[in-house]
Amino acid sequence: MAFPSTLGAGGERAQRSVQEQLTGGQSDVVGQVFRILLLISLGVSLVVLAILFQDVITTGSGVFTTRAESFLSGGLRGSAARSGISQAMAGTFWIGIFVVVFSFPIGVASAVYLEEYSTKGRLARLVDVNIRNLAGVPSIVYGILGLTIFVQQLEGITGGRSLMSAGITLAILVLPIVIITSAEAVRAVPGSLREAGYGVGATRSEVVRTMVLPYALPGIITGTVLALARAIGEAAPLYLAGVTTGLLPGKQGLLEPSQLRESFTALPVVIAEWSRNPREGFTEIAAAAIIVMLAIVLAMNTVAIVLRIRYEKKRK
Amino acid sequence: MGQVDLPPAIEPTESLDVEDLNPDKEPTVVLSDAPSQEVVFAVRDLDVYYGTFRAVRDVNIDVHRNEITAFIGPSGCGKTTVLRCFNRMNDLIETARVDGSIQYHGVDLYDQAVNAVEVRRRIGMVFQKPNPFPKSIYDNVAYGPKIVGRKGNMDDIVEKALHRAALWDEVKDRLKASGLGLSGGQQQRLCIARAIANDPEVLLMDEPCSALDPIATARIEDLMQEIKDDYTIIIVTHNMQQAARVSDRTAFFTTEVNSESDTRTGLLVECDSTDKMFSNPSDERTENYVTGRFG
Amino acid sequence: MSDLSLPSPGLTLADLHGDPRRVRTERIVKAVLTAAATVSILISAGIIWSLARETFTFVTEVNWAAVLFSDGWWPRQGVYDLRTILVGSLWVTVIAMVVAVPVGLGSAIYLSEYARPSVRRVLKPTLEVLAGIPSVVLGFFVLSVISPSVVQRIFDNGLFSLAAAGIGVGILSIPLVASVSEDALRSVPVALREASYGLGAKKITTVTQVVLPAAVSGLVAAFILAVSRAIGETMVVFIAGGAAGNQAFELSPLEPGLTMTAAMATQAKGTDQVVGEALTFQSLYFVGAVLFVVTLGLNLVADRFVRKVRQAY
Repeated sequence: MAFPSTLGAGGERAQRSVQEQLTGGQSDVVGQVFRILLLISLGVSLVVLAILFQDVITTGSGVFTTRAESFLSGGLRGSAARSGISQAMAGTFWIGIFVVVFSFPIGVASAVYLEEYSTKGRLARLVDVNIRNLAGVPSIVYGILGLTIFVQQLEGITGGRSLMSAGITLAILVLPIVIITSAEAVRAVPGSLREAGYGVGATRSEVVRTMVLPYALPGIITGTVLALARAIGEAAPLYLAGVTTGLLPGKQGLLEPSQLRESFTALPVVIAEWSRNPREGFTEIAAAAIIVMLAIVLAMNTVAIVLRIRYEKKRK
Repeated sequence: MGQVDLPPAIEPTESLDVEDLNPDKEPTVVLSDAPSQEVVFAVRDLDVYYGTFRAVRDVNIDVHRNEITAFIGPSGCGKTTVLRCFNRMNDLIETARVDGSIQYHGVDLYDQAVNAVEVRRRIGMVFQKPNPFPKSIYDNVAYGPKIVGRKGNMDDIVEKALHRAALWDEVKDRLKASGLGLSGGQQQRLCIARAIANDPEVLLMDEPCSALDPIATARIEDLMQEIKDDYTIIIVTHNMQQAARVSDRTAFFTTEVNSESDTRTGLLVECDSTDKMFSNPSDERTENYVTGRFG
Repeated sequence: MSDLSLPSPGLTLADLHGDPRRVRTERIVKAVLTAAATVSILISAGIIWSLARETFTFVTEVNWAAVLFSDGWWPRQGVYDLRTILVGSLWVTVIAMVVAVPVGLGSAIYLSEYARPSVRRVLKPTLEVLAGIPSVVLGFFVLSVISPSVVQRIFDNGLFSLAAAGIGVGILSIPLVASVSEDALRSVPVALREASYGLGAKKITTVTQVVLPAAVSGLVAAFILAVSRAIGETMVVFIAGGAAGNQAFELSPLEPGLTMTAAMATQAKGTDQVVGEALTFQSLYFVGAVLFVVTLGLNLVADRFVRKVRQAY
């Protein structure tokens, strides 16, 4: 925007010199290169995921196009052409049930205790430290817990190397996740809500039941779904808890509760075994099983994220 | 930067009518008729937007060399927003946009070809809350010169800057100690030393004393008087008395309500020599503010 | 209980006791919740007890000469050279960190300092999806793509190797490094960045000389957590590392190898009992105890660093 210059001749010389200096300075090559390197590192994850999906789908989709039904209904067999994932799905299904039945109530109850009842108490602090440590324990060490206590010591109840032992072990594995995410959800409940409840003379359990939990429920459910997705993908503890890796006799794919005390298999284990099996056809069915597992796990993660976004929007 | 002797700035040809003093009329900016120095910044018709919201409008002001110019006014009238235009700090905010022009020695600061990084090396800033780096006192002061590539002995540069900021005697034995270990007033003087170490021409100070106690405040006001001869200083302050004590020229901002959107937009009402602004201002709104009738 | 709607002629203490039923409910609820919270303590106790008994047996009965001076991990023959599996774990961890730290940290810096909100919303879920991929899938991916197309092509070695498995574990660890690092970077106050820009620093200078140093505690915590996670990872090595239940002492990561975790998994694999020489079963617990102590130690140290970050800001 031009306007009459107030500078005069000497001023114009100064202006030119200032102009040179302000517009000089090298273009920031190093800065640009740095930025591009950072963007590339973000791209690595994207590329890896893309290649992973592409590889799994090309390797495994053939199974679905040629023998989808027998794959989904068959059990563990000696040859790849006759093997299927029904027994594995049954096992994974029951493990999921155990996680929900065991971890959800105990996890939410622990979170409520930590956040509502005893925030500063000594027991609460101990529990808090303890849970953070448990969250970092390798999954295979949980397998040792399962082996010692549920497979051996409590063999009478669980049936030893059974679905029940495995289910409880994995439920224990993900319990810290449920507690931590539920505690966060409870902590996010605004204090004004609680005060309103106490103000009309409600007891603590009533405030929790009628105000805190309903508000925190979406966050709690998100956390539980994520924990479930994690438990479904775990294989290492199952090896110690006695999963069957060879052939599994018995009725295929039935969801009978009596199965709980008997030998079992699960989807991630089946994937692991078939991946390692050099014989003909096993790579393909491993990939097919991975497609199923990824579909389940990604669906769960998406549900959890969608839930969280929907309820965050509603809050605002 | 070369020192050039310039002829005095041309007097503005606008004259005042009685009508201009009517508060309902569009505010006319009164430019100073005091003995003038070289103009460092010439701001014309400056508007600042955050997205579609116009935060400040129609700012017209000249800032003169080796003077302390104070921006005063009630909260939310855009003083800090305008201040941050002078060193292009508003660039850091995604939605911020500037209309109009700010000329620095005749060069449009917002010209496409101007590099904001170069601008900030010549126009330094001290912030409201002291923000020393979590580094040693020495490294805090040396940070600017190092990245700018100032020639000379770094120890000397650091010592000189700390002297000028009236901090040297208190820290000379613990230059390696963390800057965060100093008191609030000392930290702010450290930040001033850090800005001075870059050898800027201009110092922008955004309410530098508002987080400090009165004694620390007094020390910094003294400091400003001491260094005035070497720098051009623009200071934003909530404290009218501080502006009266310290500045040569004062600019008064206020807000007006936008009825449709229920927001407030800031604007510059009047800018004149400090004596005149506080004893005999031209605009009634200025008079109301400085005599404490509102704000 | 007196009728509180009438002006009370004298409120006594008894009036304020409350409905006995509600009070009892309160007590029961509190007891139940406390019990639930103690479950987690029972779990820790259970882990320690499970490990302790058999480890004690192992440690007191094993021929220590066999442990310290032998080569190779042959539990079914009574050869328990811990070095072998320690070296295996070390190689996998180092290679995993070489992959995960630059990629994870770079992603975190970009997301925190450079990315616009619209870009962030698209790119961040990529990391979340990666975080949800089970480790068995990565094991398959190593055998199917990483080993043949990358490792074997460069080094011309066999399909099963610790190096390939290490890359797989690294990929698994990227999201962890990225998310903890990003938290650390975002906790650095904006005022520090402003101070740096105000002095005329370029963006790369501000990031490398102000933001990263200020966030260093959190970044160290991210690294330690990732190391702990890599040490504890089992299935990728189990599937793709060539774990065979026994292992000669091997220094090169390009050969098949065994980590502590895979050693434990291969011990109990299959439908047969863990059989073999007398202490084969106990060796499982011994390795488990070492693993537990190491990861616990790392996690406690990382926790200390995270707390330092919270204190500073």
